[in-house]
Amino acid sequence: MLTFTVRRLLYGIVLLFVIVTLAYLLLYAAAGNVGRTILGPTATQATVALKNQQLGLNSPLISRYFSWLGHALTGNFGSSWFTNQPVTTAIITRLQVTLILVLGAVIVSAVASAALGVWAALRGGWVDRVIQVFSVLGFAIPGFLIALFLVRIFALGLHWFKPTGYVPITYYFGGWIRTVTLPIIALSIALVAGIAQQVRSSVIDSLRQDWVRTLRSRGISERSVLFKHVLRNAGGPALSVLALSFVGLLGGAVIIEQIFGIPGLGQIAVLATSQGDVPLVMGLVVAIGVIVIVVNLVVDLLQGFLNPKARIS
Amino acid sequence: MSEAAVSSGALAPDISSDIRAARSHLARRFLKNTLGIAALAVLVLIVLAAIFAPLLTSYDPNAVSVLNILQGPGAGHLLGTDGAGRDVWARLLFGARFTLAGALLATVVAAVLGITSGLVAGYYGKWFESVSSWVTTLLMALPGIVVLLAARAVLGPSLWSVMIIFGVLLAPAFYRLVYAAVSGVRNELFVDAARVSGVSDFRIIARHILTVVRAPIILQASIVFGIAIAVQVGLDFLGFGDQTIPTWGNILNDGFTNLYRDPQLVIWPGLAIVITGVALTLFANALRDELEHSARPSRRRRAAVATAAAEPVPPVSNTIVHDEPDTATEAPLLHIEGLAVGYPQPDGSVTRVVDNVSLNIGRGEVHGLIGESGSGKTQTAWSVLRLLPSGGEVLEGSIQFDGEDLSKVPSAKMQDIRGGRIAYIPQEPMSNLDPSFTIGSQLTEPMRIKLGVSKAEARARALQLLGQVGIPNPERTFASYPHELSGGMAQRVLIAGAVSCEPDLVIADEPTTALDVTIQAEILDLLRDLQQELGVTILIVTHNFGVVADLCDQVSVMQKGRIVETGPARSLFANPQHPYTRSLFDAILDESPARGPYAEVLPR
Repeated sequence: MLTFTVRRLLYGIVLLFVIVTLAYLLLYAAAGNVGRTILGPTATQATVALKNQQLGLNSPLISRYFSWLGHALTGNFGSSWFTNQPVTTAIITRLQVTLILVLGAVIVSAVASAALGVWAALRGGWVDRVIQVFSVLGFAIPGFLIALFLVRIFALGLHWFKPTGYVPITYYFGGWIRTVTLPIIALSIALVAGIAQQVRSSVIDSLRQDWVRTLRSRGISERSVLFKHVLRNAGGPALSVLALSFVGLLGGAVIIEQIFGIPGLGQIAVLATSQGDVPLVMGLVVAIGVIVIVVNLVVDLLQGFLNPKARIS
Repeated sequence: MSEAAVSSGALAPDISSDIRAARSHLARRFLKNTLGIAALAVLVLIVLAAIFAPLLTSYDPNAVSVLNILQGPGAGHLLGTDGAGRDVWARLLFGARFTLAGALLATVVAAVLGITSGLVAGYYGKWFESVSSWVTTLLMALPGIVVLLAARAVLGPSLWSVMIIFGVLLAPAFYRLVYAAVSGVRNELFVDAARVSGVSDFRIIARHILTVVRAPIILQASIVFGIAIAVQVGLDFLGFGDQTIPTWGNILNDGFTNLYRDPQLVIWPGLAIVITGVALTLFANALRDELEHSARPSRRRRAAVATAAAEPVPPVSNTIVHDEPDTATEAPLLHIEGLAVGYPQPDGSVTRVVDNVSLNIGRGEVHGLIGESGSGKTQTAWSVLRLLPSGGEVLEGSIQFDGEDLSKVPSAKMQDIRGGRIAYIPQEPMSNLDPSFTIGSQLTEPMRIKLGVSKAEARARALQLLGQVGIPNPERTFASYPHELSGGMAQRVLIAGAVSCEPDLVIADEPTTALDVTIQAEILDLLRDLQQELGVTILIVTHNFGVVADLCDQVSVMQKGRIVETGPARSLFANPQHPYTRSLFDAILDESPARGPYAEVLPR
């Protein structure tokens, strides 16, 4: 198990290295005259040249890359070209917010889709049909449209939640709830739709297995058959879908954060990419890469827990 | 549609197997799926509206008119005008052109890249295989939106370049699908045959392999198309798109900025997006349903077994009863009287698989229930346990177990009886253990409920039982998972589980059929030893007279849902009277295989 974990981790680090290298080379190759971009069209030729020199842009790309990499390994990603804020600070403060949204969405969708999927599989009939319709709609309607509906009804109409803004949980819990609930729901709906379907079909599939009859023949209660045995077996495939959705969830958060005016990674991503703030973009690439690797590792471990066959000794 | 859904590949593994069977009638069957057809019709309508947009409106979608800002529907403008006085209906129609064409571009790029690389990697393998699976992992680790934002910063706001890049990002969806299917059929006989007979690789790929993945590709394409629309609309909605062209996202953006002045402006593009998305999803679902329907022969095979068992019962003939020398003085442990089991059919009729079956099993007796597959013997056994497959029910008769009618006791009581007083040994050892739990946990769970023992006691007892059923290293087996055991070991574990709670009656359903011949004998020995040690009563279901001769005191011969002959094993062997019984004997004397065809025993 340990070698397996270490191998996956090494694999992830190599992957991250490749992504980061590609991103660095591509971004700088396409960046054009950085000094001009930062200072604008009114700046003189001399100040632009000076700016480029200050940023160290006159040395060759490869040597700049290695120097950046060396600093990055110590946690120093430089400063934003436009605000001069250190990249690490800029990202970490916003990362917390985005992680709250994304993890919240993962938890909400795991619980809701397990409940809905099991319910649909067991009850059949109209329950199943209603959940099927919900799944189709949830899958077909883009998350930001759902967000718009939610804002219209629950924030602007009923005033239950805030339409925009963010209150840190440490500052005021009630305010936090009122700002994160709608974004989390908007992020979750597509996931719930997809995973509920997966849970439903895995549960139906598991219930048809021979070992379910044998468990019942041993006098095991229906509750234990269902919630201990069937659900555990159905959990693996559902978890795979959830895990693969995680990357998409980070992307979805970008749009959702824009709509709800939440100061997360999405906001900084939009800002940095539209301005061409390369150091900041590079910091984002690293941050997202690390998240993806960690998530994949956690999922591999969970998968091993759920499915003994996937365990590699 | 979430971007995540595509990378999940939830569809890929299911579809890749056995699609060949699917392709012949798929199109025809799809045409019968009303929802799928309706969705397809809606999609065609939308595409037609986009193509013939100039015929459906006389307005220029980009014609700004300051005098006509935010007019309501009607009066010359079918859906009114937007914040710049542009005709909303015209913008929606022309927007469909750009939005759909953009999504199509992304889909085509993804499909071309994914399918070609999947074909090459799956068919030729080698280094290309490892490189492309690496690139796939890499692409799937990138959050699409962030990449697109970065690309926009570099390339400027162009719909087409954004969609091309998105197509590249989505290529893994096709790659995984095609790769799985192709590497699955690569070494199939028909492909080998084609190769041997000198057909070129290109033709093999085109003729034999592409047809296999055609339908799943269409399915994947419709999903990718939907995702491309969602992402494109999302970017435009945020204002990152090319503002000079009408796209649904741009229209939505305009509606959103005027949300307070004219709320209906978000509704039209929203509706267009939702309708297209729902139609695409329904189309994909219908296609997938039809694909899965035909791609799962296992389920059909199982259904076929059920129908085999459902052979109609012939008119009543009397059971031949061999005289028993010592007519039972004490009441039998299990007394089945006039049992009938049936499966209600959709047309309202009931198919009877067991009819008027009566059985007496005395205490301590080993009773063999013999008959060919489909004769209803397993159905009889399952009705004693009240574990008939869903849809099956006891129609008539009583099942007296130690003085109680099992067909009438409440289900909570039945749950106590199962495992505690009546235990079950299944036919297929490997599929009858829960793959996710250790042997130990599966053995101790019933004991803790039935015998009310502590965890430590249950463990000690389980280890002792494992030793008793002849498992060489009980400690290790206790901690193992089912997939780590051999079939014979697993069957020993299941037998240990059956006797763990000291039942009075054990029902063994063909306990040796799935095992190797040498193991069969060992398991029969084990059953005999256990029976003698514990004095337990056994009802053994089998199609093998060898098993009966080896083990049973009494035999009942079952044919087509009825018992045709019953009596002490000795007497029945000496003087078989019913023609069916005799034919079963002849089968042994001819030395024809008493077991099923060879293919059934092959390890899967």
